[in-house]
Amino acid sequence: MSTPPMVVAVDIHKYFGSLCALKAVSTEVAKGEVLCIIGPSGSGKSTFLRCINQLEQADKGAIWIDGELAGFRQAGDALYELNDQDIARQRAAIGMVFQRFNLFGHMTALENIIEGPVIVQKRPHAEAVDEALTLLDRVGLSAKRDAYPSALSGGQQQRVAIARALAMRPKLMLFDEPTSALDPELVGEVLEVMRDLAQSGMTMIVVTHELGFAREVCNRVVFMDEGSIVETGTPQEVLVNPRHPRTKDFIAAVLA
Amino acid sequence: MNTRPDMGSLSGSGGELPHRSDYSIAHLRHIPRRFFRRWLSAAFILTAFGFVAHAFATGQIEWEVVGQFFTAQSILFGLGNTVIMTILAMIFGIVLGVVFAIMYMSPNPVLKSVAWFYIWFFRGTPLMLQLLLWFNLALVFPTLGIPGLFEARTVTVITPFMATLLGLGINQGAYTAEVVRGGILSVDIGQTEAAKAIGMTRLTTLRRIVLPQAMRVILPPVGNEVISMVKLTSIASVIQFSEILRNAQAIYYANARVIELLIVAAIWYLIVVTILSIGQSFLERHFSKGVGKPGVRTRTAVSQERSV
Repeated sequence: MSTPPMVVAVDIHKYFGSLCALKAVSTEVAKGEVLCIIGPSGSGKSTFLRCINQLEQADKGAIWIDGELAGFRQAGDALYELNDQDIARQRAAIGMVFQRFNLFGHMTALENIIEGPVIVQKRPHAEAVDEALTLLDRVGLSAKRDAYPSALSGGQQQRVAIARALAMRPKLMLFDEPTSALDPELVGEVLEVMRDLAQSGMTMIVVTHELGFAREVCNRVVFMDEGSIVETGTPQEVLVNPRHPRTKDFIAAVLA
Repeated sequence: MNTRPDMGSLSGSGGELPHRSDYSIAHLRHIPRRFFRRWLSAAFILTAFGFVAHAFATGQIEWEVVGQFFTAQSILFGLGNTVIMTILAMIFGIVLGVVFAIMYMSPNPVLKSVAWFYIWFFRGTPLMLQLLLWFNLALVFPTLGIPGLFEARTVTVITPFMATLLGLGINQGAYTAEVVRGGILSVDIGQTEAAKAIGMTRLTTLRRIVLPQAMRVILPPVGNEVISMVKLTSIASVIQFSEILRNAQAIYYANARVIELLIVAAIWYLIVVTILSIGQSFLERHFSKGVGKPGVRTRTAVSQERSV
């Protein structure tokens, strides 16, 4: 392997009790690729995303991030779960943006952004602040550096959350329905930031209902339903000329 | 004020419209409602209070004795002991409370059971009984120590001060553990997930993200418990800890000025509790940052009712 893909997921299964949330999901994401995952609610797309940075642990199958086995260590014919520190170290290299923003409520925008670099990566405070200010500028929120999350709109909170994830200098960014909790008029500003990020060459996996964004920004689209990947291809193939009837039904329902 | 009544906005109201000329009263002055029953009840309470004040003023209380003993050395010494014990027992209790709350929420069944037993035992038995148990520990273990390292006679280690500190602190810890657990549960799970996502370990997440936000929920009840603790120290008089009430009693056994010395103690308790309450409100303000707009308190049910 000269340069491994950013993400390789092989045969991922996940059960919640007797409910099978993911069955045999396998996919690859190349470096610099922007992958969109679409599908009806309950289709397992968020669960799959959460397995990638181990907020959920897969019950079967394995995921490699940039060539490194995620969450486990191979010894003989078994995979042993890693400890808290090692999992935390792996997560630090993956940025995650949540549907409900999850900014730390007791910290200002700036404090939210420098928390990871200073506390987790132990970088010098002044350097982290400089970089955070650059990131705030990049998401268009320099004026809000000292605002608490409760004083920001949903769109502003989500942009700070993206800056917080980027401050860790991740090699991969995960977006879990980043615009679903936003008022319609605030969706655009968040998608704009994500579009810029995609153009900068960041590897991204985006779970979304924004088919317009998927068509315009993604290199590849995956359609999931009932815990499996039904169809995958270019935006043109999946969104415009879907082959599978379930994909057709879903896209018709979303566009209606 | 001087704009004409807008007929258009009323037309949608449904019911029959009064005649146009009836709107001409809209410019009249508004007179607030009068609350006669409030005046009546206030007058009644003031009268009753007057009687009580009069009774005390003419009763057999030597107020000079109150003044004389207010700053007596033994009273001030007891006051110092009360304050020191409150602070130490509370610190001990909060540390135990946080530790046992975290243990109680741990996925490890052994840690969880131990925490459950601790809370069950120390909340389930009277504080005075616990104080007597600690004070009489020497009956169970004549000597204390780590074999080979050091050893001491229990009676010299477990002084009234030590027994009180252990009794109050460990008892407080059992209550604080439940308060801390409630505070931790009040923090949204999304906060923990976001912390994990930037690579924090479980303990760092707890220390940096969850506990600071839980403090907002934890502080008001803990503040109440500090105030209770000031008064609970008086129970330690049964094991000869010389706090303020015990020293006041020692004086009135000698001079028979029972009520006067009880008043001295009561005033000191009130002073300490008042100072603590002020400190509590400052702390609560500090830990509520990021919640709502700074300086603006959310309206409560009571304050709303008042303005109706």
